[in-house]
Amino acid sequence: MTYLLPSIRLWLVTLLVCVVGYVALMLAFAQTAAPWRADGSIIMRDGQAVGSELVVQNFTAPEYFWPRPSAADYDGMGAAGSNWSPTSENLAARAAETVARYGATADNPIPADLVAASGGGLDPHISLDGALYQAGRVAEARGLTEAEVRDLVTSLAHAPGGVFAPEPIVNVLQLNLALDRTGA
Amino acid sequence: MLTAILTIVLIVGGAAALSWPLGKYMSALFSGRFARADGLFTRAIGGSPAQDWKQYSIALMAFNALMFVFVFAILALQHALPLNPDGQSAAPLDLVFNTAASFTTNTNLQHYSGESTWSYLAQLGGLMWLQFVSAATGIAALAALARGIGGQKDGGASMGNFFLDVQRAAFCVLLPLAIVVAAVIALAGVPMTLQGAAQVTTLEGVAQTIARGPAAAFVAIKQLGTNGGGFFGPNSTHPLENPDFWANGFEMIAILLIPMACVWMFGRMVGRMKHAGVVFGVMLVFLLVKIGGAVGFETAPTQAFAALPVMEKVGNLEGKELRLGATTGPLWAVLTTSTSNGSVGAMHDSLNPMTGLMPMAGMWLNATFGGVGVGMINMFLYIVVAVFIAGMMVGRTPEYLGHKVEGREMRLAVLALFSHALLILGGTALFAATAWGQDALNNVGAHGFSEILYEFSSAGANNGSGFEGLGDGTVPWNIATGIVMLIGRYLPIIIPLAIVGSLMAKRRSAESAGTLSVEGGTFGVMLVITIVIFGALTFMPAAALGPVAEHLTLMP
Repeated sequence: MTYLLPSIRLWLVTLLVCVVGYVALMLAFAQTAAPWRADGSIIMRDGQAVGSELVVQNFTAPEYFWPRPSAADYDGMGAAGSNWSPTSENLAARAAETVARYGATADNPIPADLVAASGGGLDPHISLDGALYQAGRVAEARGLTEAEVRDLVTSLAHAPGGVFAPEPIVNVLQLNLALDRTGA
Repeated sequence: MLTAILTIVLIVGGAAALSWPLGKYMSALFSGRFARADGLFTRAIGGSPAQDWKQYSIALMAFNALMFVFVFAILALQHALPLNPDGQSAAPLDLVFNTAASFTTNTNLQHYSGESTWSYLAQLGGLMWLQFVSAATGIAALAALARGIGGQKDGGASMGNFFLDVQRAAFCVLLPLAIVVAAVIALAGVPMTLQGAAQVTTLEGVAQTIARGPAAAFVAIKQLGTNGGGFFGPNSTHPLENPDFWANGFEMIAILLIPMACVWMFGRMVGRMKHAGVVFGVMLVFLLVKIGGAVGFETAPTQAFAALPVMEKVGNLEGKELRLGATTGPLWAVLTTSTSNGSVGAMHDSLNPMTGLMPMAGMWLNATFGGVGVGMINMFLYIVVAVFIAGMMVGRTPEYLGHKVEGREMRLAVLALFSHALLILGGTALFAATAWGQDALNNVGAHGFSEILYEFSSAGANNGSGFEGLGDGTVPWNIATGIVMLIGRYLPIIIPLAIVGSLMAKRRSAESAGTLSVEGGTFGVMLVITIVIFGALTFMPAAALGPVAEHLTLMP
């Protein structure tokens, strides 16, 4: 009893403060300060929820930019990576399929991020190089000039971490929404 | 190269700078300098009598047993309890056992995906609660150890009161920091809602269900308490768990902060800050060597793409998130395993072979900052061994801060250090030799062996990260790693407390010119050598069979 009673009292008080109190406080804060973020950054278009700004969705049509491969098949409920070793033959085979889908050749090599699956399978970004690589296809499918599409891509690109992470990236969903807004 | 160095300086330097004032504050807190808070905490538990090392250990075990039982019950009954908007069904009992053991021991090994397994009540009331109290248990144990070594002014055997220490750690250290971190990452985009998954229709007209939930609160304490268990399956690679570069950097600092502060807290409580400086320096050297190795090896491009027309500019990208930058993957891998955190910012299974060795080495040493509280306790074991060996070499009675270190203390320290190796290597051998391990592999050959070795290293070190390709959601894996986590947690806490209890029972001698100083470079070098010999060489053969073999045979 010397140890059981204080254990039970400690259990109750920590549960009350660190779970009930803490969660209530953070819910109140997040729902007040950044409610859109707190609910998952869901993007609405014409009253319809079309996706989360932070979670990739699959695109297969030629008039859209395509995201990185996803080991989770773009499932927002089952995120996962491939977990293949960089030396894996399975990985080489999957990469070969992707290369064939884009029609990459030695003269026109494909940027690596379009071939490598992300950690969670839900990476919302592609590299600027990876987007520009697709600009020709998208322009043709939409009847735009390649220059117009490239300008749009470049205007949406940003360096994720300033000098600490300067390789520019583009959010695929936002890019495709912007494309749809051009009306082409 | 330059961006990598800048990132490392920002994260490691930022955490080190913040750890100084935090360590000062924690030392004051655990020395009883906040009488009003202590009075409140004492009333909450109905008195806080002084406990010797045995009583303190029994209290620790009693409360940890209660933690395990309570969370086991919540997890097992989640389908019948409220706060389950996504209708999660009953989980198998072997998984419930593994998960309850995992979070009670501050490991957070996850043989499941949170978004498809646990209700919000199970995540918050069960797992997140354990992330607070298991971390507080570790910090409390270090406070007790420091009080014992520092010596009681009245010559008594008191190490403090466990129930009081847990409240100090949980309410005055972990909770305020968690509120700050949770607020920052919630603003950056980590969800904080009790609504179930979001239903959307994609631009191409396909239905997509997006898991969300009260993640910001969970993620904050996951990082600060060296817990590491993610709200979502792929942990901090999930964009809703780690939305941008700055939140990511902030979280990496949160991973390192308290383990670093624990060294300063220890130094102040024993009244030997120069000694703490040497220990901090030794830990930092190991950390930086591992970071250098990991970041360096990860600049090699993905070997599987070598024969394909692929343009690789920033190293191996498989299993990595673009928004987190090229350095985050290997840097986070080292931070999370050096500190016994276990969250991941890239998929460790997909790291280059030699990069993958760095996190393993972190878990084998488990003291180059280590888990909150327990990292410094593990380092105490290495220190005991180092002063003993040094004493023998110069032919004097080994002493540590005025305490005579003799055969009994040495035997206990070696027992604790070798049990760590035995759990990891024994488990790896058993599973590598049987279908239990062989049938669970996601990769073939040497990398498959690495998956098994990594899993037992993670369980034994109470880390929680994994080579996640391993199909470890089976009954043998759940039970074996569950047992390894429990032994790997409590032996290295109880044994050091016993050592200190034994030291306290002897008369303290004044330090003389003949005593080996624990404040200088000589001692630092001695400590490094001890750690390398005891911690690293034990695992060399296993490393050679796994990552080294893969590197030599398959990398150019």
